[in-house]
Amino acid sequence: MKLDVVISGVGGQGSILASRALAGAAMANGLNVLTSEVIGMAQREGPVTSHIRIGNDLCGALIPDHEADFLIGLELSETVRSLGKLKPGGTVITSEMAIIPVSVQLGLSKYDRETYKRHIREQVKKAVFLDLETLSHLAGNPRAGNVIIMGAFSTCPGLPLQPEQLLRSFLQLVPEKYKDINAHAFEIGRRAMEAS
Amino acid sequence: MVVKLLMGNEAIAHGAIEAGVQVAAAYPGTPSSEVLGTLAAMAGEYGFYAEWSINEKAALETAAGASLAGARALAAMKQVGLNVAADPLMSLAYIGVKGGLVLVVADDPGPHSSQTEQDTRKFAQFAKLPVLDPSNPAEAREMTKYAFVLSEKLLLPVILRPTTRTCHACQNVELPENIQKRRSPASFGKNPDWVIFPSLSARKHVWLNRQQKAAGDILGLSPFNRLEINEGAKAGIIACGLSYNYVREALRLTGLKASVLKIGAPYPLPAPPVLELFKHAERILVIEEQEPVVEDQVISLAWQHRLESRISGKHDRLAPREGEFNVDKVKAIIEKFFDLQPAPAGETPLPELPLRTPVLCAGCPHRASFYIFKEAARGTDTVFTGDIGCYTLGAIPPINAVDTCLCMGASVTMAAGLHRAEPGRRQVAFLGDSTFFHSGVTGLINAVYNRADITVVILDNRTTAMTGHQPHPGMGATAMAGDGTSVDIAGLVKACGVGFVREVDPFDLAEAGKAARAAMEHSGPAVVIMRRDCAALVKRSRPYSISSDDCVNCGACLEDLGCPAIGKLDALPVINTSCTGCGVCSQICPAKAIRR
Repeated sequence: MKLDVVISGVGGQGSILASRALAGAAMANGLNVLTSEVIGMAQREGPVTSHIRIGNDLCGALIPDHEADFLIGLELSETVRSLGKLKPGGTVITSEMAIIPVSVQLGLSKYDRETYKRHIREQVKKAVFLDLETLSHLAGNPRAGNVIIMGAFSTCPGLPLQPEQLLRSFLQLVPEKYKDINAHAFEIGRRAMEAS
Repeated sequence: MVVKLLMGNEAIAHGAIEAGVQVAAAYPGTPSSEVLGTLAAMAGEYGFYAEWSINEKAALETAAGASLAGARALAAMKQVGLNVAADPLMSLAYIGVKGGLVLVVADDPGPHSSQTEQDTRKFAQFAKLPVLDPSNPAEAREMTKYAFVLSEKLLLPVILRPTTRTCHACQNVELPENIQKRRSPASFGKNPDWVIFPSLSARKHVWLNRQQKAAGDILGLSPFNRLEINEGAKAGIIACGLSYNYVREALRLTGLKASVLKIGAPYPLPAPPVLELFKHAERILVIEEQEPVVEDQVISLAWQHRLESRISGKHDRLAPREGEFNVDKVKAIIEKFFDLQPAPAGETPLPELPLRTPVLCAGCPHRASFYIFKEAARGTDTVFTGDIGCYTLGAIPPINAVDTCLCMGASVTMAAGLHRAEPGRRQVAFLGDSTFFHSGVTGLINAVYNRADITVVILDNRTTAMTGHQPHPGMGATAMAGDGTSVDIAGLVKACGVGFVREVDPFDLAEAGKAARAAMEHSGPAVVIMRRDCAALVKRSRPYSISSDDCVNCGACLEDLGCPAIGKLDALPVINTSCTGCGVCSQICPAKAIRR
């Protein structure tokens, strides 16, 4: 058994919580896990990726190019940036949401939402786009995107864990007062995926 | 046994607690900070002492003092922090230790969050101290425990050198259910051997050199070096630390066969497993990130033993000395070593992606401080020297208010140096509160003493923000307790003899602006303390919005501040949900269009 997952996004979107939750759920199932996270300067609105490797005989924490079974993207352009990690036939679950960096506001670089979406559609057969902005509003928390997308991911076939295990793992990591909103957000993600 | 998901730095802390650490000290620095953070959180329960020291030199000396009394001690820092602690380290190698002393130094090949890619294994070799190089969090925990024992056997400090990908990797780690909470009391025994006179150094240098052999012999028996012979394979690969993982996976992906020697103790390199590998391999490839520390020792062993195998690695340029390794890079190196053509990648080019550099957070008080001084310096060709912290991001457009950045504390001293070279120009130094305590205050005293005509801006956001909000001497909190003695920055600056000292709120642009102009006009060193809590630690206040009726689309809010909370929609600026309500943009808007 081997499952390699890349979570990409922008610093501050909660990719570390998502990767810890996934690792915790896999561990609860008796599997070995290794994750690699970006902590430090990049957390200030820079590009961040977490690698999560689940299996019996693991090597290092970094996933080689073209080896990831899943690419979970919290921000559209960052999903494109990490596409090289996805294996042929791998699945992309990405937010359609754009976080426009300051460099674009200043005219120093470009952000082309439609091109990014088209590129993902052309390159990846199994690509799911989620409107995380609307779904987060539905969840009642603009910062719940990480939980929603993991809820969506949890419904994918062939995972070595049940959605309930992933949810339980999430809830163990968040403070008591946020448990309900997180459980709700997770459920919204699950349903959005089933509807897509 | 219990199984926990631990980050490498947490695993190191657990290892230290299991080994019965009594005193732990550190200065934060990515990627090392979570080692002491974890220790501090557990210190009360397990009855030991943990502190955030003022800098790395203080941390190592604190650990050294405890060790001389027989206590097990740990000091932690990032690789460039070891440069600050180099003075005590070099001498401590001669003096030796009593209680086990483990020095955790986190390296950062890449680099991800560092000024240099220096290799601490090389530093260990220079200081003549054994160094352990973990391949994952679980091994980092094992090595930490082992390092305390090794340190007491050799009477030398032992360095544990994880890299970013171990420090910030998480793994399921098995931990014992019960850890001994009792620590044996320490007792310092007076002895002339603790006083480093030249005559003692001359004697101890001979002893230190002899310990290299002893260390190599002991490390040869450690479980961290492991030889995996592949019968029938003519090639051998020696992989150090983290690189072992990449080599294993690259061999798996390519199906190539080689005997592999995993090295967990790169210095002093134990000879027996290396010589054994030579018996099974005609050609040897050494894979290690950064400097050829293992490779050089392997070459030297081969020469001494008249072995004729070809040794590949850095010296024949198969492997780079720079940057971080990964499976893909190591796979390409191994394929070259086997004289194979790597398969063409056939990558589809990506569309043009936005440039996404890290920026100061929405509502960061540093953004206001930079704005204030840029305004105060308008029309002059003022040089802004910077320092190490979040505010180094002030170098990025559109702020562009950091012209130099070298190392901790250098903003003040370099501003003084620039002033000596170009007395007709103004120099303004920016540094944070924690950095000021770390090594900025020495530069300030130097400026007062030598009458450097510079302006120093202390960005006092009441925390060590970049590394994860650790406390510092100005906050009245320590690593273990909420109440500590608070060192008043303004009082300290005055006591240093600075004639102009103002403490202002950077969110009050008018008042802070006056202070900035007065400081720059002042003759002699002047200090402005910009005091406002880090935006990440305070509750947001009511956000602002831009009235599209009143907005004249002048671009000032976008182009002068570069705040990630301000974007553009249909050509007009808009404020998004990340607004913290700092109100700085509303103060600079010429049309008064930004309101609550």
